[in-house]
This record gives sequence, C-alpha cells and structure tokens, in this order.
Amino acid sequence: MTVRVRVIPCLDVANGRVVKGVNFVDLADAGDPVEQARLYDAAGADELCFLDITASHEGRGTILDVVARTASVCFMPLTVGGGVRSVEDARALLLAGADKVAVNSAAVARPALVGDMAERFGAQCVVGAIDARQVAPGRWEIFTHGGRKPTGIDAVAHAQDLAARGAGELLVTSMDRDGTRDGYDLALTRAISDAVPVPVIASGGVGHLDHLVDGVVEGHASAVLAASIFHFGQHSVAEAHAALARAGLPVRH
Amino acid sequence: MLALIDYGAGNLRSVENALRAAGASDVEVTADPDTVRRADRIVLPGVGAFGAAMNALAGLDGMVDALNERVVTQAAPFLGICVGMQLMANAGEEMGIYPGLGWIGGTVRLMPDRPGLKVPHMGWNDVTPTVGHPMLVPGEAYFLHSYAFDVDDPAERLAETDHGGTVTAAVGRANMLGVQFHPEKSQAYGLALLARFLEWRP
Repeated sequence: MTVRVRVIPCLDVANGRVVKGVNFVDLADAGDPVEQARLYDAAGADELCFLDITASHEGRGTILDVVARTASVCFMPLTVGGGVRSVEDARALLLAGADKVAVNSAAVARPALVGDMAERFGAQCVVGAIDARQVAPGRWEIFTHGGRKPTGIDAVAHAQDLAARGAGELLVTSMDRDGTRDGYDLALTRAISDAVPVPVIASGGVGHLDHLVDGVVEGHASAVLAASIFHFGQHSVAEAHAALARAGLPVRH
Repeated sequence: MLALIDYGAGNLRSVENALRAAGASDVEVTADPDTVRRADRIVLPGVGAFGAAMNALAGLDGMVDALNERVVTQAAPFLGICVGMQLMANAGEEMGIYPGLGWIGGTVRLMPDRPGLKVPHMGWNDVTPTVGHPMLVPGEAYFLHSYAFDVDDPAERLAETDHGGTVTAAVGRANMLGVQFHPEKSQAYGLALLARFLEWRP
C-alpha cells in the first residue's frame, strides 16, 4: 500500500479547557483536553489537532501545559494552532511536545514567518492554515478574524506562496462550509491540492462519513479533519476509516 | 542507563516520554560526551534539516568522538530516529551537501518530484522488513520526511516503505539501527519497537 489517508479529529481549546469536544459521560473530566486526546489515541485517530481559541493574552500560556500533558500520555502526532504569531510562539509549542505548529493570520500579515519557522525547525513541522471563502465561481479569497474580514488575497496563490516558503502541509478550511455540515468545499480543496506539492488537509463542513471520502476522492486531500461528527458520538474514527476503505482508499488497519 | 542525546532536536521530549512508556527506567537526557561513554544504550532523535542537525551535533564538544567510540568501537546498542537515522549516512543533500557520521554507506537525498506525489511524505505507512532483524516487524508507522536514505549496501537496508517507489524505512548493521519513521508517534507499534530496543542484545 501507500501512505494512508489521515483522519484527524480537531479539538477547540480555550484557557486550557475543551470548548468543542467529546461529550462523553464516562470521562472523569470532559473539559480536560488531555482526557479527550487519550480517547482519540485509543480510538485509533491518525493525528490530533488542538486549536487554541483563547481570546485573552493572559490565557495563552495554558495551551503549553495542555500540550505537555498530552504529549506525555499520547504517542500520536499532534498539531497545535491558534494565535501563533512568532517563531518563539512556535518554538514554545514544539518544546512542549507539539509535532507540528499551524500558523494562520500571522502568515497572512507576514508570510515570511512561515519561512522563518521552516528554516529554524524544518518544513515538516510547519502547517500553513488557510481560511477561505468563495468570492466568485472558481475563485476564493483569504478571510481573517474567523472568516469575517476579507483580505483580497487569492487563496490558491496564498497557498502556493506558503508552500514555496516552506510550509510542509496546508490546512484548508472553507469558511463558507465551516459549521454547516454540508461537506467540504471540494472545488476549493482540489484547486489548492492540485496547485501545491505538499499534502493538504481538508477542513470545514463535515456532516457525515461520505464527506470524508469526497474530500479525498474529489478534493484530492491527503488528510481529512473533522470535529463535531466525532465529538458528539455520531461516528467513530474506526467508522471513518471503514468508509474510506470502502471507497478503495488506503487507511490504517 | 540509556543516553538520549540532546542536541536541540524538537522531538526530544516526545522520544523521552515514549521511552519511559516503553519501560525505560533510567533515561538520561544529555549533551555530555562522558555520559554517552557510560551509556548502555544510546538514542539519537532528530527533526529538521540534515545540515542543521549535523552542525548542532558536531557543535557539542566531543560528542561525535564519544558516539564513535561507544557505538562503533565498543558496539553499544544505538537507535537513530528520523533525522537521527539520516545522520548515520555518509552525507546529506538537504540545503547544501553535509557530511554525516558515516556509519552506514549512503546518501540522504530529496524524494523525487513527481506529479501527484506529495512531499513531505507525511502519515502512516508500511514498515516492510527486507531482511530478518530482531528489532523489526511488519506494521504501520508514522513517517514525516522529505529526504530519504539511499543505502549503498542492500544488506544494510533493513526495511522499506512505499511512496512513489520504495523508500528506505530502516537501516543498520551489527549494534546500530536507524528508523526513518517516528516510533514515538506510532502508538502501539512504535512503543513495541522501543520496548524491543530496551532489551536488544546485538
């Protein structure tokens, strides 16, 4: 076989607590990201993603403790994003135990940050996160501030720029689809995936398992990220793997 | 005592955590050549670029000499992980050409640029042993790399995987083992490999 399609559950974390995650009664502390990470580790998730949505500056250090505690009990790849503004921010996360660091708004404001991070830590741990909205048929733009603020930057061109600067992977989120459960924006995912040499993670809009398959088959993504279909027990990681396997895609056993 | 070499590699803590979870009770994270000389086993982790990693390792005064003495001359069991494995090569071609430790004949080169082939090679893939080796069993492990080890002597290429063609997954000879994948990120498969390393008597 060849490299497997990765299924990546994503947990939103604020001030060190899960704000969007599994609501399982048997967890000792359902708000603890480490408890949830252990569940996904045991469930066979291929990677895990923490998105730190802490609003206050004072709360920002909490993610480091969460990452360190997770890395001491979970032996799976961990990507951490949200609020990364500098090489020092990335370094702190990597030293805490993150394997990859995702950079989003800061790389829109200053794309050179991606190159600085890749030079310092290697391209393999730099994830370029891209939030895009469709502005015309076949054209997408980068939006910041949770998808509210247009930048006028073409999403495909931005993706190519980040990859050329050293991002080893791109996390592509459709802000049109995020939270809708209508499925990924497949045209966006495909347009970027076909335009860059690095792997693309499809994100935003998964409502059922077929959407994961579509993300790979039609969107040409290497990995599929989802939140709510896993957190609320609608589907397990094993079911996601089985759906991908039924479509003839390579998955982990 | 197991010496885990600290030369600034970002995955140091993950490797330490995994070694402890695999049963290692006496791990010393060290940048000290004398500690390496006293070690029963040695693990060299690594992420990032070959040249930067080799410079960082060589920048620890006396470390390369201590590794040569303890691993090559005295045959202490050694495990290199990812870039730590690649450093066992004669040379690496990432961002310039740099000499490696020269323990395993071969060169570390950029993976081929082919349409539709994604580089870095990132994710879970097969580990297929090519020769019988007590440390290596078939399974799935997590890979994350853009450069791959072209091994001169097929007998020193211990396992392979597939990413647009066969790619070296493990190298070694005698008391030395290097794995391109990340056992510390490969859940049960990886922890089992580390547990075998702790018991390995080559």
